[in-house]
Amino acid sequence: MDIRNKIHGDVLVLSPEGRIDHANSEEFRQALKPLIERCSEKGERLVLDLAGVDYVSSAGLRCFMLAEKQAKSQGGTIVVAAMQPVVNEIFQISRFTLVFETFPTVRDALAKLSPTALKAFDAAR
Amino acid sequence: MRVRFWGTRGSIPVALTSADIRYKIEQALALAIAKGVDSAEKLQNFIEHDLGFSISHTYGGHSPCVEIETERPEYLVCDLGSGARAFGNRVMSRQEGGPPVINVIMSHVHWDHIMGFPFFAPAYLPGALIRIHGCHDVLEQAFRLQQSAPCFPVDFSRLAADIEFVQLRAGSSYDVAGFKVTPKLQRHTGDSYGYRFERGGKIVVYSTDSEHKLEDPRETRGFVDFFRNADLVIFDAMYSLLDTVSVKEDWGHSSNIVGVEMAQMANVKHLCMFHHEPSFDDDRIESVLNETLRFEKLTRTQQPLRITAAYDGMEIDL
Repeated sequence: MDIRNKIHGDVLVLSPEGRIDHANSEEFRQALKPLIERCSEKGERLVLDLAGVDYVSSAGLRCFMLAEKQAKSQGGTIVVAAMQPVVNEIFQISRFTLVFETFPTVRDALAKLSPTALKAFDAAR
Repeated sequence: MRVRFWGTRGSIPVALTSADIRYKIEQALALAIAKGVDSAEKLQNFIEHDLGFSISHTYGGHSPCVEIETERPEYLVCDLGSGARAFGNRVMSRQEGGPPVINVIMSHVHWDHIMGFPFFAPAYLPGALIRIHGCHDVLEQAFRLQQSAPCFPVDFSRLAADIEFVQLRAGSSYDVAGFKVTPKLQRHTGDSYGYRFERGGKIVVYSTDSEHKLEDPRETRGFVDFFRNADLVIFDAMYSLLDTVSVKEDWGHSSNIVGVEMAQMANVKHLCMFHHEPSFDDDRIESVLNETLRFEKLTRTQQPLRITAAYDGMEIDL
């Protein structure tokens, strides 16, 4: 599974697409792992841009949790942005909003994480 | 086929407090005032239609005990948590045609699933026959241990009923009280077993104290096959999904989300959330139920899945 990724200043934005469910969650986890390694205290902070994700099953949510644990152990930060309404509800019902800070848009997330990243994002638009 | 819940709470029994009762009264009266209830007739209608279950009732607090009616002069019951005391009293009050025969199916022998037995009146009844079925080799030991001094005043050896222990094996099928019963090993500290009951074209699965790790698709498929086409799955939905993959990982329990997903994959008709978290009050359980209903709607691909939250005293006809 390919996960589009783009650097904005010191923040890495990951943009998976489609469904993340029992059928492809392991593939998603493997694709995510090397990208999360870049997320650390001195490295990049990370935004999961879920605008292109239609559905996340429990197996997909588990991948997010593993990513969060990995990033945390490295001193890094992951936030979630631009969830579609269905995915947003699934995050709330599963209580994942207690772990992940969420933002309506990627820009909002960058604004919270880093002025440098926001500047780079706005300059690129 | 009728399934009757005598105990639905997980880990430890809980009871409503006087503060809980007062809260319910305040909520009910405030709503009655708002609705202009000023006659006995309006009051009945108000209670019936306007009050939510969490205000007008309670989910109860007994630990697991679930009866499946057999249509034979014998009983079939899953687990002997604190709900078994009330179940035993019902058995005693309905004695017709001689002492009762009671078939018990044990998920495992953790305390919340056996603690009702010392207060299970038929165990003290001469002539009663109690067959305790289970897959653990420590089954008899656990029942004897909890009644040993100094923990309980009546030793197991002094019980008047005939008590038999019947060893089952996961994956094999057995005839118990007219049901085809198939146990399945589940992930739980010290192991637990789920049971699939089949009779007359109806299927009930009792699957409590079972964690689903989601990391092994084969394991997930195994449970989906176990639940396949069931009319009712009684499912351990004690925690949120977040808890099961974070702070409560490896605590041996599952979530509402995983229950719905598995039931949908297995073409289950009715999912009954069970083994409620003891720290949850009635409002919280009802709120989790409403969220689960919403989740089912969001993820529905085929026919709707019926979802309920078990409560002490609940009956489900299949």
